[in-house]
Amino acid sequence: MEIFNHNSNIPFLGMRKYSIAIAVFLMLASIALIAVKGLNYGLDFTGGVSLVVDYAQPVQIADVRAALAKGGVAHPIVQSLGGTREVSIRLQTKDDPAALEAGGKVNLDRISSDVLAMLHAARPDATLKSRDFVSAEVGAELKSDGSVAAVFVILGIMGYLWIRFERRFAIAAVATEIHDVLVTLGILALVQREFDMTVLASVLAVIGYSINDKVVVFDRIRELFRLARKAEPEEILNRSINNTLSRTIITSLFTGITMSALFFFGGPAVHGFAVTMLIGILVGTLSSIFVASPILLWLGVSKKDLMPVTKENPELARRP
Amino acid sequence: MSDFPRWKYALVALVMLFGVIYALPNAFIPQPAVQVTANRGAAPIDASVQQKVAAALAAQHVSAGEVVVQGDHLLATFANTDVQRMGADAMKAALGDNYTVAFKLESTVPGWLRAIGARSMPLGLDLQGGVHFLMQVDQSDVLDKQENSYADDIRSLLRDKNIHYESVTRNAVRGQGIAVILRSADDRSKASDAIANAYSDLNLANGPSTGDRFVLTAVVKPDKLRSIARDTITQNLSTLRNRINALGVSEPLIQQQGENHIVVDLAGVQDPAEAKKLIGTVATLQYRPGIGQPGDPRAQEAAKTGNIPPDANLFYMRGTQVPVLVSKKIIVTGNELTNASSGVDTRNGSANVNVTLNASGAKKMLDFTTDNINKPMAVVYVETLYDTKMVNGKEVRTPKTTETVINDATIQGAFSNQFETNGLGSQKEASELALLLKGGAFAAPVDIVEERVIGPSLGKDNIDKGFNAVLLGLALVLLAAAIYYKLFGLVADIALFFNLVVLVAVMSLIGVTLTMPGIAGIVLTLGMAIDANVLICERVREELRNGSTPHAAIRAGYEKAWATILDANVTHLIAALALTTMGTGAIKGFGVTLMIGILTSLFTSVTLTHAFTALIHGHRKLKTLSV
Repeated sequence: MEIFNHNSNIPFLGMRKYSIAIAVFLMLASIALIAVKGLNYGLDFTGGVSLVVDYAQPVQIADVRAALAKGGVAHPIVQSLGGTREVSIRLQTKDDPAALEAGGKVNLDRISSDVLAMLHAARPDATLKSRDFVSAEVGAELKSDGSVAAVFVILGIMGYLWIRFERRFAIAAVATEIHDVLVTLGILALVQREFDMTVLASVLAVIGYSINDKVVVFDRIRELFRLARKAEPEEILNRSINNTLSRTIITSLFTGITMSALFFFGGPAVHGFAVTMLIGILVGTLSSIFVASPILLWLGVSKKDLMPVTKENPELARRP
Repeated sequence: MSDFPRWKYALVALVMLFGVIYALPNAFIPQPAVQVTANRGAAPIDASVQQKVAAALAAQHVSAGEVVVQGDHLLATFANTDVQRMGADAMKAALGDNYTVAFKLESTVPGWLRAIGARSMPLGLDLQGGVHFLMQVDQSDVLDKQENSYADDIRSLLRDKNIHYESVTRNAVRGQGIAVILRSADDRSKASDAIANAYSDLNLANGPSTGDRFVLTAVVKPDKLRSIARDTITQNLSTLRNRINALGVSEPLIQQQGENHIVVDLAGVQDPAEAKKLIGTVATLQYRPGIGQPGDPRAQEAAKTGNIPPDANLFYMRGTQVPVLVSKKIIVTGNELTNASSGVDTRNGSANVNVTLNASGAKKMLDFTTDNINKPMAVVYVETLYDTKMVNGKEVRTPKTTETVINDATIQGAFSNQFETNGLGSQKEASELALLLKGGAFAAPVDIVEERVIGPSLGKDNIDKGFNAVLLGLALVLLAAAIYYKLFGLVADIALFFNLVVLVAVMSLIGVTLTMPGIAGIVLTLGMAIDANVLICERVREELRNGSTPHAAIRAGYEKAWATILDANVTHLIAALALTTMGTGAIKGFGVTLMIGILTSLFTSVTLTHAFTALIHGHRKLKTLSV
């Protein structure tokens, strides 16, 4: 079975002005979104207390909020965790002043029993499934660790591509990588999905996934340059994208299928992970096709940069 | 003919066999069990204990699977966690305090598998429920102590060597060392030599000298500071281990994370209160010279006026709040204590704690007690709490130390490594204190900065959902590949299946803890492992289109795809590696899974499929390929 016409020759490079313009716009929009709306950081980053409460009968989020407001909790974040019977409640420790111990220590047991009492006042069928407390310091540390890891990934990949390919490929890959991460984060900021530790892991995995995609195209570009007698860069790049198009899309589909399975059946714990991955796969696939190669063309990739270095005998290499 | 070498077939067969065997233990679901161990001093576990347990369970109508004695402990298995809880309660009630009753998941992996080192993956807390703590170790306290003790040592050294000094004081800024002020340049160089000889861990430098004040600064070397920090963590880890062992949790996870964090994961524990009480209490003992008796006029006056002698601290007796003056000099700290046990004082029948010190503590204690018979010695109990305040919108934590004197007794005679502390309120207090002391004191205060309690039902939910997601993701990709690439798709399917098997086998063998992010990593690996096969199949198709014969197409397909697969996987590996460097457990688990997955998929997607392809097509003349 084949979905794609193997002789396709879509002029992707011909659209480069538009595709790059769109990519730049998306990046700027993402930066603006992250700056204005901000990421909806989860408990792992903000610190505070998080409780997961299970109800025997379906419950309205508004009712849970009302019950908490009645109990005196100022700004709880109440979210439904897939289904109508499970809710997650997040609050800052200062929202429940009664539970702060004399020494300023956070008493998670006290907070959770307080909150449960408030919920029970409204609905007796609430039970506590899990409770978390994270201090703000740990959250801040995670943020900086995450940024360091992202920089490490990007530099590591750049170094490898520089050695295995050439400088221009490394730069093009990293530029596209940054685009992918920014746009993924931008979409997360737009839909205000909770950004927790698993989502951070997912963003880092998106980098890994998307670089995979780019390397496949780059590999083909190198191969075609080496094979071609008359190497017109634009044509070579276009042919490379078209040649690998089927693979790019099929792999994205396959990975997308597994991530959808994770999204629909993996439960709330991995929801954020799967969604981020799906966004990342889409962005990464599109940027492999529309963004990476135009950058490469502008950087001025050419046949002679990619020929294997022949040191031993230049005389021999010149023979037909 | 196939050009696939024989040894590679053998390798593929071996890896497949390895995968199946070492992944197999995960198919045996562990059974909820309760483990009973005897505390020190209690009668060992034997048939009588076994009968007692069996009788207790029968009396409470709790049906146990089996109750057996295994070496030094007793194990009772139960059908599910509810029965397990009821069983544990019944057993606790019947056995009393002399035995530790702990929840456990008993492996049901057959002996022959265990004999070859095959075991199932341990489950993370998010998959089985339990309590997770992240603790921060406050190193500044240790540095304070260290600098103070160097200052003391320098003073006595200079006195011994008869070098006159004006003062030896610790710099007010922590880590800035000790300032020794001498009266002449000659004295300074003598002091410098003496200190350098005696304490090689100090960096000495001459400070500014004005008139007859010659300053010598001694700063602890960075190497030494690092080793102190390392020792502090190590000691805190072992202290935690001891304390948690006393709690009776089977297989607790206690490890260092980052530079000064410690993670404690207690699987199966649902009520963290007791654990927190033990973990959270930062208690150390200090033996210090006492000044007068508790409540004597000097102490009373100091308490009233606030005029405390410069070399003393004003504390209160624990419980009674009677003021007492205690010297600032510390003779021995809890760090030098090796054992403590509670008992009864034979003379007056009150509760006491018998204490054993290590060699350095013993020497200091002997020196002190020899010179100070009939003088008081106070035992100061130091508890540390943390105060969290908001300053300029930021959380600032300041340690708050409460010091109480639990005992201020007259030294009856010189002693060194063995002595007793008496005057404790009750037998219960004595045993509690002994437990804390025996657990060892923390070298530095710890503070819980993260706490998670995961209910067992949530764990069960997660594992079911994770399992479904893996199976469904796998099934869908298998189906899609078979439809799209026909026979080559089926071969890729075999590879993908074995990728899962080998991945699970490797994770089990090296003991990676399975968590929800880890499961996400497995699913992602499955989705991405097929990429190598997509690359190969697309290449083979291309070669066929270009007019290659089927055999040539297979050979060229694998050859040409290999370079691409390698580049793509190495870059992906770099990303996975970065994930594993993240300190946090959840992300680390994901990264490790991803990394192992990339490596196993390289083998299964390329070598394994090549072997199968060669086996299927090798000896036949082919007109077409099913790809």
